[in-house]
This record gives sequence, C-alpha cells and structure tokens, in this order.
Amino acid sequence: MLAYIIKRLLFAIPILLGVNFITFALFFGVNTPDNMARAQLGAKQTTPEMIAAWKADRGYDKPLFYNQNAQGMNHVVDTLFVQESAKLFQFDFGRSDSGRQISADIQERMWPSLAIALPTFVIGLFTNIAVALLLVLFRASLLDRAAMVAAVILMSISGLFYIIAAQVLFGKMLHWVPISGYESGWSMWKFIILPVFIGVLAGVGSGVRWYRSIFLEEIHKDYVRSARAKGLSEIQVLFKHLLKNGMLPILTGVVVVIPTLFMGSLIMESFFGIPGLGSYTIDAIQSQDFSIVKAMVFLGSVLYIVGLILTDIAYSWFDPRVRLR
Amino acid sequence: MSLVFLWTDLLIWILFGAVVFGLHSIKKSKQARKQWREIFESPIAMASAVILSVYVLIGLTDSIHLKFNQENRWAPAGYENQVLSPLDLSLWHLVKNQERTYSAPFASHEYSRSILYDENGQVQQVYRPLKFAAVHLENPDNRQVLWQDLIKKSGIALLAAFLLTLVVFVFHGYFRVRAYVKRDIRVKPKRLPWNWGYLTLFLLLAVMSILYYLSHFYHVLGTDKVGEDVFYQAMKSIRTGVVIGTLTTLVMLPLALFLGISAGYFKGWIDDVIQYLYTTLNSIPGVLLIAAAVLVMQSWIAQHPADFGSSEQRADLRLLFLVFILGMTSWTGLCRLLRAETLKISQLEYIQSAKAFGMGGMHLIYKHILPNLLHLVLIAVVLDFSGLVLAEAVLSYVGVGVDPTTYSWGNMINQARLEMAREPMVWWSLLSAFIFMFILVLAANLFADRVQWVLNPRNS
Amino acid sequence: MSKHHPVLSLSQLSIRIGEDDLVKKITFDMYPGEIFALVGESGSGKSLTSLAVMRLLAEGLTIDPDSGIRLADIDLMAQSERQMQTIRGKRVAMIFQEPMTSLNPVIKVGEQVAEVLRLHLGLKSKQAKAKVVELFNEVGIPDAAERYNWYPHQLSGGQKQRVMIAMALACEPQLLIADEPTTALDVTIQAQVLNLLKQLRDERGLAILFITHDMGVVYDIADTVAVMRKGELVELAHKELFFERPRHSYTKQLLKDSIPQVRQRVLQQKQALLELDDLQVHFPVRKGIFQRKVADLKAVDGVTLEIAKGETLALVGESGSGKSTIGQAILRLVNTKNGQIRWLDQKKGWVDLGSLKERDMRPYRKQIQVIFQDPFSALNPRMTVLEIIREGMVTLQVGSQDPVEQEARVDKLLLQVGLFPEHKERYPHEFSGGQRQRIGIARALAVEPDLIICDEPTSALDVSVRAQVLKLLDELQQKYGLSYLFITHDLSIVPTIAHKVAVMQQGKIVESGTVEEVIGRPQHPYTRQLLDSAPSLVKQRIL
Repeated sequence: MLAYIIKRLLFAIPILLGVNFITFALFFGVNTPDNMARAQLGAKQTTPEMIAAWKADRGYDKPLFYNQNAQGMNHVVDTLFVQESAKLFQFDFGRSDSGRQISADIQERMWPSLAIALPTFVIGLFTNIAVALLLVLFRASLLDRAAMVAAVILMSISGLFYIIAAQVLFGKMLHWVPISGYESGWSMWKFIILPVFIGVLAGVGSGVRWYRSIFLEEIHKDYVRSARAKGLSEIQVLFKHLLKNGMLPILTGVVVVIPTLFMGSLIMESFFGIPGLGSYTIDAIQSQDFSIVKAMVFLGSVLYIVGLILTDIAYSWFDPRVRLR
Repeated sequence: MSLVFLWTDLLIWILFGAVVFGLHSIKKSKQARKQWREIFESPIAMASAVILSVYVLIGLTDSIHLKFNQENRWAPAGYENQVLSPLDLSLWHLVKNQERTYSAPFASHEYSRSILYDENGQVQQVYRPLKFAAVHLENPDNRQVLWQDLIKKSGIALLAAFLLTLVVFVFHGYFRVRAYVKRDIRVKPKRLPWNWGYLTLFLLLAVMSILYYLSHFYHVLGTDKVGEDVFYQAMKSIRTGVVIGTLTTLVMLPLALFLGISAGYFKGWIDDVIQYLYTTLNSIPGVLLIAAAVLVMQSWIAQHPADFGSSEQRADLRLLFLVFILGMTSWTGLCRLLRAETLKISQLEYIQSAKAFGMGGMHLIYKHILPNLLHLVLIAVVLDFSGLVLAEAVLSYVGVGVDPTTYSWGNMINQARLEMAREPMVWWSLLSAFIFMFILVLAANLFADRVQWVLNPRNS
Repeated sequence: MSKHHPVLSLSQLSIRIGEDDLVKKITFDMYPGEIFALVGESGSGKSLTSLAVMRLLAEGLTIDPDSGIRLADIDLMAQSERQMQTIRGKRVAMIFQEPMTSLNPVIKVGEQVAEVLRLHLGLKSKQAKAKVVELFNEVGIPDAAERYNWYPHQLSGGQKQRVMIAMALACEPQLLIADEPTTALDVTIQAQVLNLLKQLRDERGLAILFITHDMGVVYDIADTVAVMRKGELVELAHKELFFERPRHSYTKQLLKDSIPQVRQRVLQQKQALLELDDLQVHFPVRKGIFQRKVADLKAVDGVTLEIAKGETLALVGESGSGKSTIGQAILRLVNTKNGQIRWLDQKKGWVDLGSLKERDMRPYRKQIQVIFQDPFSALNPRMTVLEIIREGMVTLQVGSQDPVEQEARVDKLLLQVGLFPEHKERYPHEFSGGQRQRIGIARALAVEPDLIICDEPTSALDVSVRAQVLKLLDELQQKYGLSYLFITHDLSIVPTIAHKVAVMQQGKIVESGTVEEVIGRPQHPYTRQLLDSAPSLVKQRIL
C-alpha cells in the first residue's frame, strides 16, 4: 500500500509540471514580465530602471525557459520557469499584488470554505443515495416517473437562480437567516445553513439521476437474482447487496472531489459573503491578481491528484478484487 | 447594404451546414433513420425538439449581420453605419424606444421617483411617465383599461400565432402527403406524435407573438437601469447561449475523437501520452483554467487594442475565445469515454476479422470503430449543450464570461443582481433571463434524455 | 413425507408477456429423490418455468392465474410476496448457470452462505459460521474454514458453483432447482459437479429440477426427462425409455444432433498445406513502477502441427490452453516469439508467414480466413450483411471489383450458406445466432480461402443449429477442398468433423494423431482424463 502511494506520488510530479507549464505559458508567454511591471507600476512615467528593479525584486529578470548565460545544468535551472515551479512545489506561493502572504491567506480562508463545502458534500451524498435507492425500490412506478421529471427540472434551473431565489425568500422576505456574512464558532450555523441547503438542492437532480441509473444497472445482475432466490426481501437486497456494489462506480466520481472541498465554491461564497477560498479566488480573478490565480491553480491540481490517489485507496477498500500494487 | 461576417457567424453557419449534411446522411442509412424515428416517437422529445429549433432559428436570424450605408432605404432611421441582424431589425422599435431608467413590465411610469422642479421652482418627487410605453392609452393608470387593452391585443396576436402554425402545418403537410404516397406499404412504422409538435409550436408562437405584438405598446418585460428593454435583451441573449452551446462542440469534438480513438486503438506510448495530457488538463479546476485564460486574453486585448477592429468585432472575438477555451477544457471527459470504448471494441471479433482481411490503421478505424462510437458522441454533445448554456451564466457572473457589451443571460443576471438590495426589488431582468434560459436548458435536457435512452444499446 | 406425494406439482402453467404465451400449459409432477431434467433449446421456456416456481419472474412477465404450482402441501400461487420470502432459500433453492456472476463480488463467500442460515434458521453468527464450514466440507471445498473468508474472485469456477450449491442446501430444502449449472464449466469440472449433485441427492433424498440443453448431461444424471419446445412440453418419460424410444419427432432429431456421428474420414491424397514448427507465442507479464517485463506467459510453447489440403485438424483443449492463440498466430494477429509458420505457396513454395511484413502478408490473407465463436461480436452491428460480406472482396481485391457483380456474388454466397439474397440489406441484430454464424462463414468464403481457422464456431449454438452449421462446413469442404483448423473444447464433435486431432494443455500439444488413434487409444493421461469426463452418452458412441 505504502509503495503504491509513493509510486502514485511520483507519477504526480510530471502532471504537476505539466500544470505549471500551462499556467506559466499562459501568464508569462502572453504577458511578459515587462508588461506586468508596467501594469503594476502604473502607466505614468515608468522608466526602464524602475521596470528592471521591479523585475529583479520578484526574480522576474531571468529568461523564461533557457538561460544562455549560465553554465551546465543552469542553462535550464536558472530560468524563470524552473525557479517559479520550484517555489510552487515547496508550497511557497509568494505575495499577492496587495502584498499579503498568499500561503497565510490560504491557511486562514480554507476553514470557512470547508465549513460550507463539507456539510454540503456529506448531506448531498446521503440525500442523493437515499432518494435514488427509494426510487429503485419503487422503480417504474408513478413515484419514480414523477421524481425523474422533477429531477430534470431541478437540473435545468441555473445554480444562480437557486441562490438568488433562496436569498430573497429566506433572507429578505421571511428573515429566517441573514442574507450573507460569516462568523466563526458556533454561531456560524445560521450563516452556513442556507448555502448548504442550496448546495444540496442544486445537486440533487443530477445526483439522483446518476445514482439511480447506477443502481438500476446493478439490479439486473445475476447476484441480485441469487440474493432474491435466497429469500431476502427487496429492502434487504437493496441495502445489503445492491448498495455495496453500486458504491463502486459512485466512489469513482465522488472521492476525487473530497480534497477539492477545501477550494470552496466560487459563486456560493461570493453571494453569501463567506471569507473562504472561493471568494478569495473570485476576488483575485476580478482584480486580475495573477499570483493568487496561479497559486489556486496549483493547489487545485495537487488536491485533484490527492483525490485520484484517495479514489484508488477507497476502491481497494470497497472492492476485494482490486489490490494496489 | 453589405454583409458583415463575424467569426462566430461564420462558424455557426458552417456548423449548420454540417448538421444539414449529417441529417442528409442519416436519411441514407436505414439504421440511423430508424433510431431517429424512435427518438421522435416520444411526445416529450418532439416538443423539446420544436422548442430547441425555435431557439436555434432565432439564434440563426441573429447570426446574419448587415451593414447599412447612409442612403439605404432599408436602414432604420438614426442608426446608419451600424451592423445589425435581421433580429435587430424586427425588434427595431425596442432599440429605438429607450427609456431613462428602470420600469416594471407593462408599467406606464418609471419604477422610482425622480426629483423634478415644477414651474414654480418647487422640488417634487414624482414617478415620471414612460416615454414609449402605454402612450396610446388615455388613462393607463386604470387597471381595467389596461387589462382590456392587453386582452384585446393578445387576441390579435393569438390569431396571428394560429395562422402561423397553420402555415407551417400546411407546408409540412405537403411533404408528409408526398412521403405518404411514396411510402413502402410493406412496413407500417409507428406514427410520430406530430400533434404534440404542433401544440408546442402553437404555444410557443402564441407566447412569442403576444410578447412581440405587445412590445410595440409596452415594455413587456420591463426596462433595465439605463432604460433598455429587457425583452430585447433576453431575445438577443439567445444567440449567445446557442453559440456557446453548439460551437464549443465544434472545438471539443475533433480533439476528443482523435485523441480518444488513438489512445484506445494504438495503446502503448501513444496511450500514455494522451492519458497524461487529459489527466493534466483535468487536474486544473475548470473555472480557474478558464479564468486564467480569459484574464490573459483580456490583458492581451488591452495591450493590443489596434488588432481588434470595432467593438462588435472585439466582443465577438471574445465570445469566440470563450468558446475555444471552453472546448479546450471540456474534451477530456468524452476523450476518456471514447478511449475506454475503443479499447473494448478493438477486442471484439469483428475487428479481428477485419485485420484478417489485412485492414488496418485509419481505414479500420473509419469503417469499424468510428460508427460504433457515434452514439456516445451524440449523447455527449446533447448532454453538454445544456451544461454549457448554464456555465455561461456562472462565468459571466465570475467576470470571465462573454464581453460585458455582449447580450447574454449571464450578463443580464450579473447586472440585475446588483439591484437585489433595492426595496422593492427589481426582479424582472433576473426572472426573464432565468426563464429564457430555463426553457432552453429544460428542452435540451429532456431531448438529451430521450436520445440517451434510445441510443443506449441496453434499452433495445 | 411419502414417496408418492409429489414435491413439486405443476398444472397448466402458463407464462405470458403481454398477450404472448411464452410457456403454454405445462403440467408435470416431481417426487422426492428424483432428478427431473427439463430439456430444451434456448427460448424454449425452460428457465422461465423454473423462475416461475420461485416466483421470481422478471418484471413484465406474468403467470396465468389459472396455473397451479404446488410445493408439497403449499400452493405457491396463493402465497404473498412476504410468504414467498420464507419459502425461497428454505424450501426451494436455486443455483444458476453463471457461478462467476451469481455470487456477490464484494461479500465474502462464507458470509453469503451464512446469510441464508441467519435469515431462515435464525442462527447466531458463530453457529452459522460453523454450519457454513460444515457445508463447505460437504460440497467438497478444500480448507473450508479458510475459504470462508475468501471473495468470489479468489475461487475457481467449479468452486464458486460449489459455494452456490452449499448456499442452496444450507436450509435443507425439499427442492433444488439447477438452471444449467455446468454449462459455463470445463468438462472435467462439469463431471465433478454432476457427481456432487447426484451424491447429495442420494444422501439427502433431495428432488432436483435440472434444467439443461445438453443431452449428454441428461443421460448421466436424470431419472425423468421432459422436453420443452417453444413453450410446450413435447415429451415426458423415464430416462431409459426416453433414450431408447423417443416418441416425438423433435426429440428424435434433438437426440440425433447431440450424439456425435462417427464418420470414417480418409483423405484420398495428402498434400501438406500448412506446417507449424516449434511455434512459440509469449505474452509479457509486466509489474512494478515502470511496468518492467518480469516474466513471459507462454501461451503457446513449442507447437508442431501439420494440416494437409482438404483436411480438418481438430485442436482440442480446455480454456486457457492456448489453442485460440495458435489460430491468431497463423493469422498474424499476434506476434510469434519463435518457430515457423510455413505455408505452401503454389508459385514460391514454402513461405514462413511468421517472418513476413504486413504488406507481404497480404497475398496470403485471402488464402487463410477465420470464423469466430461469438456470433454476436463477430459482425459489426453498424454494417449491412452486404457490406460485411463484400468487405474482404474489396479490401483484398478478390474477384471483380464492379459493385454490381460483387452484389451478385454476395447473393450466391448467401444462398450457399443457406440464407437468402434478400437478407443482404439487413443488419446483424435481425438474425439468430446460427444465421449470424452462416454470415460469418460467407464472409470468410468471399475471398476464396484455402484454409479456414474455425475458432469454436459452434460452442455458442444450440445442438440442432450446431449440427446444421457443422453440416454446412462439411459440404463446403467437399465442394472446395477447404482445410479447417477446428479449435474446440468439445471432444464430442471431433469424430463428426475431423480427420486428425491434437490435444493441447498449457501451451503444449500432449497428443496428436488420427481421430481413431487419439480417441480410441488415448496415450496421454490428460487425454484420458478429458475422455473420462465426457458424458457417457458421448463416450458410448465414440469409443
């Protein structure tokens, strides 16, 4: 198992290098350090010296991929790409345009994000699976058909509508919860309850449809027939035999997102004024702060890869046929 | 008067041509024809298809751009040298009749009071009457008068909608009769639910024509902050939604097909490289990749303003770029699916048989693998469509969507959201955008559902 | 319970889907200790009948309310679903055809058996576990206590079927329904499972409703035989009577088709066409981080063979013996590691196919063709029959390249394989398994080959269809002097079709020679084991 994890982590290096290359090419290839300096220092009277100083200050004065003036390995190593990548691999994200430490910001803002994303994920998963199982139990009945129509309708409504409608209804008209804001500690519940509810509601349509189709596929398999031939009731068949097998394909899609829960939800956090990583990202995008966007891209990829590894581990737990090597 | 080709116009017409060509080849294959018939045997699919075609048709009429010279007699007064589409021309009264600020649907006065000095120099807070709405009524404040007028005018529009449906019915009937005469009497296919199609068409046309006719006398869906008609905005947004939903496919499909099949068929190092490619792309959170690319593009445009011509062209290029980047980020899912299916198919015995005939490479892929993947491609394309339309709204909200000057549901929501705190709320922009979007997405989802059901080999 | 009261009694059982009757008024009784064989080809309704007894028919299928199903003193038709749950697994149990898929893959096998005991007998987990180990011992699972914690994928096919049997017997039911329990197993395993079932019947006085299509199995195991055809019961008799004097014409034909016809096949003149010399095919086994090759799987390990013109060589072996790989190697679908595949070219003399480039291989592709086992995956579902048959003519430039003339040839080929020209516009899914196999044969014939590699072409077919396809292959051989390399796991058809036999085990040929030599006087222990496991009905005829 440990050998497997180490192997997978080694495989992650070329992927992260690829991610770095893409972001690097996007930011520096199109937007040269000179342009960045000019944009940062303001258009008025920027002298070449000022630009050079700005670049030197940030280490942007090196060539992009190949350093002609260097010796040996330094041809490649003493370049902007390698230096920037090396920093990212140490999770040293540098400073944002406003001068704050990005790493510190991320550590601080991660928790509010998690406070919303984790309950949404857990409650959503349970709701979806429970409803899907219920529909499979009553398959091809009126309830099943009505629920499927409802699911398509729920799926077709924009996520933004859920947020706005819920804010207006529960926040503005009924005054049940504050429209937006956040507090840490126990009093946070009144701020997170609405986003969590919306998150679950917005995902329930597609989730139920997906899980239902997975379970329906399982229900025609031979082992289900043997389970029935044993004299198990339909509910026992569903919960004991079907659920465990149906979890395998569900795991593939679900486990991979668990680590990325840290990243929070962009629109949810920004609408509800949650000081998490989602709103952090969106602010960065809107103020065009490249350093933060770059950091978030890297962080997102790392978490995704962790998610892939977790998926494999979860698989080897749930499926005895899979052994990690 | 001359035709102006924007990039997205060109591409959308190319796509339209490709679809027409595709339909033609479906007609030739008995198997494909049967499958499509089966799709349309469902009344819901028929109704959804009608709704989708109406949306696409509106999008297409908005994808022909004309430039008017000064002396052209077709040119609407006051907007010479503008690039306009047939849709603009037919909604010209709405472009022209711009109010000062917010007004509610069917209102005769502005939504908020404004300060006015009367002839005595006294400050007064009054609801100013609208310049172009309900001016034909003598007493627009009387609810009864207003309702009577609405009902009367709706009646006329309803009649027009009925006649229009009748025209379609007769026109289509001609072809149906011709096909009936030439039919193969040995086979008795199931009747298609045309009546559902006509019913949907009639309902849709009824709503459209009521809105359209009334829009000459009222702001049917209200006006926005700068007094622009919301109905006009919502109609113009259709093209953006359709372009993003369909053109992205054009970018994504070739990539997914080429890479997915190559990986699954050639295996070995080619497979490794392609898997590396899509794992890497997949590992970057989608919104962030799009955001990063759009930010870079924005600063590129800002630095090279000279390269991008008029503001329409710039907005269009931005739309095109968005489509491109959406395509680049969305091919991975289908690619993985196609790779797995190709791996499975290439184990099958008919592939071995073809190899025993000495067939290999592209020829074998084209003849034996591609046709057996097309149902997956089709399902993916219809499923993606609705997702992309919804994504546009979110991206525009984040600020990395279409150009702020481009009409889109996302932009409408984004602008209206700032007024949420107002008491009482300005709700009509939001609701119009959501409803226009919802109908399109719902129709697409329902249609996708049916396509998936019919093409899934397990259900036959 | 007395011997004279039936365990299971069906009267006028009808099963329908919509308006169509799939099973029509079946009536029979089964008594304790009886093995009752319900025989029929696919689609005859035999499996539906058994599922109806369990009241486990798929959604959409209904039992006619006038039907009677009695289990000893219980009227099964009158039971509610809840009551049926106390009967299933306790008083009637069932085992299925596919032991691979019939066990839940993610639950330990012991646990799956213990579940029944806890459910019906209310045993505590510890008692249940002890009972399961006992049962495992009884059905012949070695190291029962350890196997309890194994998962299905860790067991072999035969062992899985034993687990299924243990599960079925756990609550000592009166009736065991066995739905083709040995069809998916190799012959040697099949014989063991059949013996186990017989032994259990003797020890427990169990009644077994045995559903099968295989007359050989029926002969070995049944006391009473019932034959179903298209939902109707056409014949019901004691075994001895049934095999001696079948009454119904369908039954007579069925028996004739399932028992091998021994034919002396002698070639007039022998001219070698293909020679394999020390052929080796290895597949790499990769392991570790960098997928390094750590070992070779020796699929074919030094095989030497010879096929003459107009001759049929039967290559017999169990699954995984490497027999199909030989066919693929001859067709150059896999690369050879060592050895030669020598082919007699009329102009150039002997050519080693194994060393040719794909381009140089092309002329020989029209001389060597192949037909496959699975009639469902052998034809591209998106092509019409015309396109399928014409493919080889176009790709290999055989015969006229004029589309009209090609179409005429396709018509002729279709007639030749027993189909009709109007079939050519249809798609594969519109045909039955046997018809598809005929299309596959026409596709191979279209390029006028000298040798056809037949990779288990009849193992997925019903016996009567199998007989027809074999007859067709034989006629084509007489007419065109074709040679066949006939790959099969089924010894019983060898005397019908082959001149020579080669028996394969683990990549090697263990014995070869003429049919009379190998089947009549087997030398190698493996050959003898294969022959011993064959149903005695077959053995009687071919020995």
